[in-house]
Amino acid sequence: MSASSMAPDDTHREETMTTFLTRRAALLAAATCAATLGLVGAAYAQNSIKIGYAISRTGPNTGGAAVTTIPNYELWVKEVNAAGGIKLGDKRVPIEVVQYDDRSNAEEAVRALERLINQDKVDFILPPWGTGLNLAVGPTLNREGYPHLAATAVTDRAPELAKRWPNSFWLLGTSADAAKTLVELLTKLRDEKKIGDTVAMVSIADGFGIDLSSAARPAITAAKFKLAYDKSYPIGTQDLAPIVNEVKALNPDVFIAFSYPPDTLALTEQARIAGLNPKVFYTGVGTAFPLYKQKFGKNIEGVMGIGGWSGDSPAIKDYLARHKASAANGAEPDRWASAVTYASLQMLQQAIERVGKVDRAAVIKDLQTGSFDTVIGKVKLENNMPTRYWWVGQWQDGEFYGVAPSKNEGARAAIVPKPAWVAP
Amino acid sequence: MTNAILTGLMLGGMYALVAMGLTLQYGVARIMNLSYGEFLIAAAFASHWLFTGWAISPFVGLVLVVPLAFGLNYAIYKVLLTPLVRRAPNRDALEVDSILATFGLTFVIQGAMLAMFGGAYYSYSFLAFPVQFLGETVAANRLAALGITILLGLSLYLALTRTRAGTAVRAVAVDPFAAQLVAINVPQASAITFALGGALVAAAGVLVSTFLTFSASSGVVFTMKALIVVVMGGVGNMMGCLVAGLALGLSEALVASYVDPGLTLAVNFALFLAVLLVKPAGLFGRATR
Repeated sequence: MSASSMAPDDTHREETMTTFLTRRAALLAAATCAATLGLVGAAYAQNSIKIGYAISRTGPNTGGAAVTTIPNYELWVKEVNAAGGIKLGDKRVPIEVVQYDDRSNAEEAVRALERLINQDKVDFILPPWGTGLNLAVGPTLNREGYPHLAATAVTDRAPELAKRWPNSFWLLGTSADAAKTLVELLTKLRDEKKIGDTVAMVSIADGFGIDLSSAARPAITAAKFKLAYDKSYPIGTQDLAPIVNEVKALNPDVFIAFSYPPDTLALTEQARIAGLNPKVFYTGVGTAFPLYKQKFGKNIEGVMGIGGWSGDSPAIKDYLARHKASAANGAEPDRWASAVTYASLQMLQQAIERVGKVDRAAVIKDLQTGSFDTVIGKVKLENNMPTRYWWVGQWQDGEFYGVAPSKNEGARAAIVPKPAWVAP
Repeated sequence: MTNAILTGLMLGGMYALVAMGLTLQYGVARIMNLSYGEFLIAAAFASHWLFTGWAISPFVGLVLVVPLAFGLNYAIYKVLLTPLVRRAPNRDALEVDSILATFGLTFVIQGAMLAMFGGAYYSYSFLAFPVQFLGETVAANRLAALGITILLGLSLYLALTRTRAGTAVRAVAVDPFAAQLVAINVPQASAITFALGGALVAAAGVLVSTFLTFSASSGVVFTMKALIVVVMGGVGNMMGCLVAGLALGLSEALVASYVDPGLTLAVNFALFLAVLLVKPAGLFGRATR
C-alpha cells in the first residue's frame, strides 16, 4: 500500500500511520477475540458433529473399501442427516464429514488420522478398511481416546488387542474362530453321512490366507479329516488352473480356499470350467460380494464362503433395499462385513445419543457396556467383542444365508452336496 | 503334463501379449511408459462397459477400442512426450524424463478411472465355458486370447521384418541418428510406434478382461510383468518378447503343477535373474554400449 493512498495530506502522514496501526491492532485483537469466542461457543453449542475418516480410495485396498465400507459410511451419514442428525440431549445436530484417502498405506492412514485429530478436530473417527490398516491406526486412536470400531478386521489377536486398547472393538472376530466353525460344520456334515473325509485346501500367501490356513490345518487333522492337498499361492497369481486341475485329480469331498476377491472369482470360474464339483465348495473373501452373484448367476447355488447374514430377517431385507437405493448404480452390499459395518455405525450413534454430548470416554464406556439395536440384531459386546458371528454362509436361492454357527438365530441348514455347475 | 503345458502356454501367451506393446514403446520410441498398465486397465474397463452396457462382444470391442487407443496414444506422444524428446540431449535422459512424465500420467488415468468406475472389482463372463483342446479341458476365453495373441504377434513380426515401414522402425530402434541419415522420419516413426504399442496394450486389456478380475488400481501389476518380459526378452525385440513371455508362463504352470504353487513368483524371478546373468541384454538383445 502506498503512502498516498493512506494519507492524501503529507503533514498528516505520521499521525495517520499511527492511527492505522492502532486500528489494525485493535481489529486484530477483536478478530482474535471473536475467533476464540466462536470456538468456545461452538464447543458448547455443538451445532454439528464432525466425523472424520481416512479410507482407501486408491491402492490395493480400494476394491474392498469400495464394496464394503464407503457405501455404508455414505448411506449412514445420508440417513442420519435426513432424519435431522444425531440427537444430543433434546436437539438434533447434523453430521459433518471430513475424509481423506489413505492410499491403502499404513503410514498414510496414521498421518491422515493425526490430521483429523489435530487440524480438523473431528469429534469421532470411523475406521479404515481391512485388518492391516485397522491394526496400524489402533495405537493412535487409543492414545487420543477415540472409539475404534474395527468392523472389517479379522485377527487372532483381537481379544488381546481389546484388552490393550480398551477403546477398540473387534467386530469381525478371530480367524481361529472362523476356521474352527468351518471344521465343526464339516464334522457335522460327515456325521450325517453327507460328505466323506477328504479335504483339499488352498490359501493365498498373505495375512488372511496364512492366518486362516494355519488355524484350519490343525483343526482339520484333529477332526480326523484327510488333508489331501494343502498349498498356498502368491498374491497376484494370474492363473489358478494348475491348482484346480490338481485338486480335481484328487477328487476331494471338500474344497476350501482362503482366498481374496480376485482369486475367489478365478477359482470358482476355473472350477466350473474344469468340472471340479466337490460336495462342499468353499471360497474366501469375495464370495459374499454382489459381484460374485452377478458374475456366476445360477452357478452360485450351494457355494459356501466366509461370512453370511440372516437373509430372512426384516432388518436385513430393509437394509439391503436402502443400500441399493443409496449406493452408486444400485450396488448391493457385501453379505458379511457390510452389514457389520453398518451395525457398527448404528452402535456409535446410539452410544453418542445415550451419552447426549461429545464425550468420547463416556461413549467408549457405553459401547463396552450397552446393548444396541442394529440391522444384524441385538448386539451386546463382551470384552469389546460381539458374542455372535456368521462364519460360514451359503448361496441359496440367490441369497447368501448364514449356515454356521448353526445355533445363531436365522441359521439355515446347509445344502450338501452342492448342485452341479450349470452352463452359464 | 499336456494340461500343465497348455495352461503354461496360455498364461505365457498372455504375458507376451501384455508385454508386446511395451517392447515397442520402450525399445523403439524409447519411452519407459510407467502408465502402461493403466492403459491396459482402461481398455479392460472399456470392454466391460461395452459388454455389460451394450452387449457388445469383446471381439467387436477390439475393433472399437484398439483404433481409439492408437489415436489416443498418438496424441499423447505428440502433446505430452514430443517436448521431452526434443529437450533430451540423449536417449538415457529421455528415458529418465519419460519415466517421470508417465509416472504422473499413471495418477491421471487412475484418478479418471476411479472417478468413473469407482474402486470396486470388475469381472464379467465371456466365453467362460470349457472346450476340449488336444485332449484337455481348457477355458474357451483363455484359448481365444492365446489364438489372438499368436495372430497379433505373428503379424507384427512379419510387419516389422518384411515391410519397409517395419524396417524403418527397426532402424530407429537400433540407432535413431543413423536412421535419420538414411531419410527416415524418426519423430514420425517414433510417434507411430508409440501409438502402435498403445493399440497393442489396449488389445491386451480387452482380452485379459474376459478372464481376469480387475479394478482401477490393478494396473501396476501389469506394468511390472510387462517390464520383466521386455527386459528378459531383449528390449525392442518382438521375438524375445514372445519367448520370454512363454517361458515365464510355462515355468509358472509347471512349478505350480509339479512343485508348489507358492513358488511361482520365486521361479519367475529366478528365471529373470538367470537370464540377466547369462545375457545381460536379454535373450534376444544385443549389447549396444
